[in-house]
Amino acid sequence: MASYEMVVGLEVHAQLATESKLFCSCPTDGFGATPNSRICPVCTGQPGVLPVLNRRAAELAFRAAAALGCRIAPVSIFARKNYFYPDLPKAYQISQYELPFSEHGGLEIRDKEGHTQRVRIHRIHMEEDAGKLLHAVGAEKLDYSLVDFNRAGTPLVEIVSEPDIRSSDEAYAYLTALKEILQYAGVSGCNMEKGEMRCDANVSLRPAGTEKFGTRAEIKNLNSFHNVKLALDYEFARQAEILDSGGRVVQETRLWDAERGATASMRSKEEAHDYRYFPDPDLLPLHADAAWVERVKASVPELPAQRRARLAAEFGLSDYDAEVLTAERALGDFFLEANPERGSAKTLANFITTELQGKLNSENIPIEEIPIKPLQLCSLVGLTNTGIISSKGAKEIFSEMWKTGKDPKELVQELGLAQVSDEGQIKAWIQEALAANPKAAEDLRGGKERAAGSIVGAVMKLSKGKANPALVNRLIKEAVKA
Amino acid sequence: MTTIGLSAADIAAGVSGGAFSAEDVAREHLARIKEKDAGIRAFVTVLEEQALAQARAVDAKKKRGEKLGALCGVPVAVKDNILIEGVETTCSSKILKGYVAPYDADVIARLRKADAVFIGKTNLDEFAMGSSTENSAFFKTANPWNKDCVPGGSSGGSAAAVAAGFAPLALGSDTGGSIRQPAALCGAVGLKPTYGAVSRRGLIAFASSLDQIGPITRTAADAALALSVIGGHDPLDSTSSPEFDAGKALEPAPKSFVGLRVGIPKEYFIKGIDPEVEKAVREAIAVFEKLGAKTSEVSLPHSQYAISTYYLIAPSEASSNLARFDGIRYGRRAAEAATLEEVYERSRGEGFGPEVKRRIMLGTYALSSGYYDAYYAKAQRVRTLIKQDFEKAFASVDLLLTPTAPSPAFKFGEKTKDPLSMYLSDVFTIPSNLAGNASISVPCGLTRSGLPIGLQIIADQFQDGRLLAAAAAFERERPFPRLS
Repeated sequence: MASYEMVVGLEVHAQLATESKLFCSCPTDGFGATPNSRICPVCTGQPGVLPVLNRRAAELAFRAAAALGCRIAPVSIFARKNYFYPDLPKAYQISQYELPFSEHGGLEIRDKEGHTQRVRIHRIHMEEDAGKLLHAVGAEKLDYSLVDFNRAGTPLVEIVSEPDIRSSDEAYAYLTALKEILQYAGVSGCNMEKGEMRCDANVSLRPAGTEKFGTRAEIKNLNSFHNVKLALDYEFARQAEILDSGGRVVQETRLWDAERGATASMRSKEEAHDYRYFPDPDLLPLHADAAWVERVKASVPELPAQRRARLAAEFGLSDYDAEVLTAERALGDFFLEANPERGSAKTLANFITTELQGKLNSENIPIEEIPIKPLQLCSLVGLTNTGIISSKGAKEIFSEMWKTGKDPKELVQELGLAQVSDEGQIKAWIQEALAANPKAAEDLRGGKERAAGSIVGAVMKLSKGKANPALVNRLIKEAVKA
Repeated sequence: MTTIGLSAADIAAGVSGGAFSAEDVAREHLARIKEKDAGIRAFVTVLEEQALAQARAVDAKKKRGEKLGALCGVPVAVKDNILIEGVETTCSSKILKGYVAPYDADVIARLRKADAVFIGKTNLDEFAMGSSTENSAFFKTANPWNKDCVPGGSSGGSAAAVAAGFAPLALGSDTGGSIRQPAALCGAVGLKPTYGAVSRRGLIAFASSLDQIGPITRTAADAALALSVIGGHDPLDSTSSPEFDAGKALEPAPKSFVGLRVGIPKEYFIKGIDPEVEKAVREAIAVFEKLGAKTSEVSLPHSQYAISTYYLIAPSEASSNLARFDGIRYGRRAAEAATLEEVYERSRGEGFGPEVKRRIMLGTYALSSGYYDAYYAKAQRVRTLIKQDFEKAFASVDLLLTPTAPSPAFKFGEKTKDPLSMYLSDVFTIPSNLAGNASISVPCGLTRSGLPIGLQIIADQFQDGRLLAAAAAFERERPFPRLS
């Protein structure tokens, strides 16, 4: 059995985060809405309608290209892709073909060991989405289909990679990195469940160590990163088996069936559509003004890889903390907006990745919607670091802040959670505790440090839990030495 | 007095001045349609009730003392490939029979604002594909000058309506001559404005890069008045030009042509042109010279490729534009279809006529993989050469004079068996569409058998005002008889 290398190129469709559609003013919030409640003559392909390009969509598409290091074409052309299908209102999709608006970019992917590798991007183009066919109403199966045009005309970018991916893990890493970048740049929500991100994979095999590409299959219907990985592994095994038995892989389009965990042939090369692409005469060539392109490039924010490096360098955070804080842009933004000092950054990062993240997950709400301001969290961490409150008290205050949005300093007073750090008072409590627990006091004086626990407990009881624990520990040691 | 036969300008003046009411105007024109259209069949739909309601609204507006629009009370006949909200729009095709327009075309909205009255929807060659209106899926329209003859096409219904006195103003659309050629054959004025001067929104597309809406009228001044209303930038049509100034359409007719440089393209006086047409056009040229214009021969060498170029580009665009008529969302759906393929095949098979099918097939072929470069891409390159011919010519002359059509109106059935001979009807008009120029046809005489002949005047892009002023001056020198 020969050993093979997998060669993969991915085509990713990402929905641009605009409020309105690509060529009309219908809203793009149709996910889950009543079918055909977000439509107009333009996006249902009525006779006589004309497209007008959404400027915001172009801005976001160009920003995606800038974030992915692509070259931006000064002139690009919209083309019609002609085919018949009931979800395609004009019987052509407005896309870009010969002159896309951007080409030749790339991104870095990392494996589990932290090695980075570049995957090149072949091209990015803009296009409109189609509608959706419904084959059932609720549980009732229909013997005809219904069409919902809410999605029709939604702006997309199609991002086509070069065949630089060599394993299903690399494909997964590429998709993760791409999603992060698009989300960071504010280009797309990339929510796969809402259809904001979709992926097709071209996969072929070649004997390990050879250059020439094998015949590829295109895999469609990959609705999660996990399924991309599974489908690629399945295809690897399928194609390897064909090659091992002396057969030839057929160029075709295959559909991934997640339930069966297998791909199945959809159509062969011979049955492939002839899309008869030609420049759309209803739209002028898109001229990207140089000054506008510069403004769009300047609008690209700090991207995850840069941010991870900065968090390590500027705040001394561990790779793990930097990773968690950059997994979603908003979490890292929250950290940075809290304006941490280098000394307290580690505590703040811990608090965010444990307490805050935990609460966000359990309540399932986005960080933008919580009542706590980043600077308030910073001040809470400051109260802990300076010993004004205990870490237990901090948790209590945090959950109160979550409910009320009140300032932590205010809550310290309100909840009476300020620690007592007055050495004289604490010493008095210690004497009282030692006197009340002669056995423990004797053990301690005899060098049995484990006996300190009951004295600490007694002090805490006397202080109603408000004695500063670090101070109590130190002063007990001093008291028994004296 | 009757308002039949009055110009649009005179009707608007009469309504706003109180000489007659808009309702009177509408009633008289509707009565004439009722009386005479049975023998002509210019209209697919007569909008009797709507027209009267619109007219009464104009009268009410006047009564309230409000300012009236530039076309107040003017009956307008609208080619049935232009959408009027709430009105059936068929393109004279079975596939759209029963389709009610969900919105107003931009030109319709502008006419409404100018207080015009929509009197009916006119017949055309199905989807504007043809030069005789014989390709209408519904019925043929007769030429009011000789009912055995075609009115030309594809805007045959609109040209016939104006010639027959059913309306002083009609809208047509011109992709390869579909306004100018029927205007010439019916003795009317037909203007194809510069591409981009008039919004195409709401015009059912045939070939998007060539289509242009324009007026058919009895006078050049009315064509100018109409253009000043329907022209202008539409932000919802990406190909509509912000450059065009609709107000400039209203240049006064010059008293003389001294200083005007007129080119006579030698390629437009070819063999096969009807001798009576050539004679009338030569006489028209002499009128320009008499008024002081300096004429010279110019050459548009690539014009000989115009028809071949057009019959690759226009069908290619049409094959894509007409794909939306698929029986899914609106229009005809074959009743018996059991599968998706059958819905497509039967709906389109039954819904489209032979000429439309021919062009869809031509265009599908020209765009298909392996043939695209040899046909569509090459045609686009030739189109550029044709455009450059005009640019060169307009560097040395202001206007070009040519015949509009190689022959006067022909008999029904004379050219239907041979599509190529029908295509040649547009040999002189197609180049202007390919180049995007402004062009007009004005009547310049009658044949011995009494059929109108059209003179085509061509101007550079966005010189529509100059073109219309020259046409008006010519019209003043060579008054043209009217049908009663």
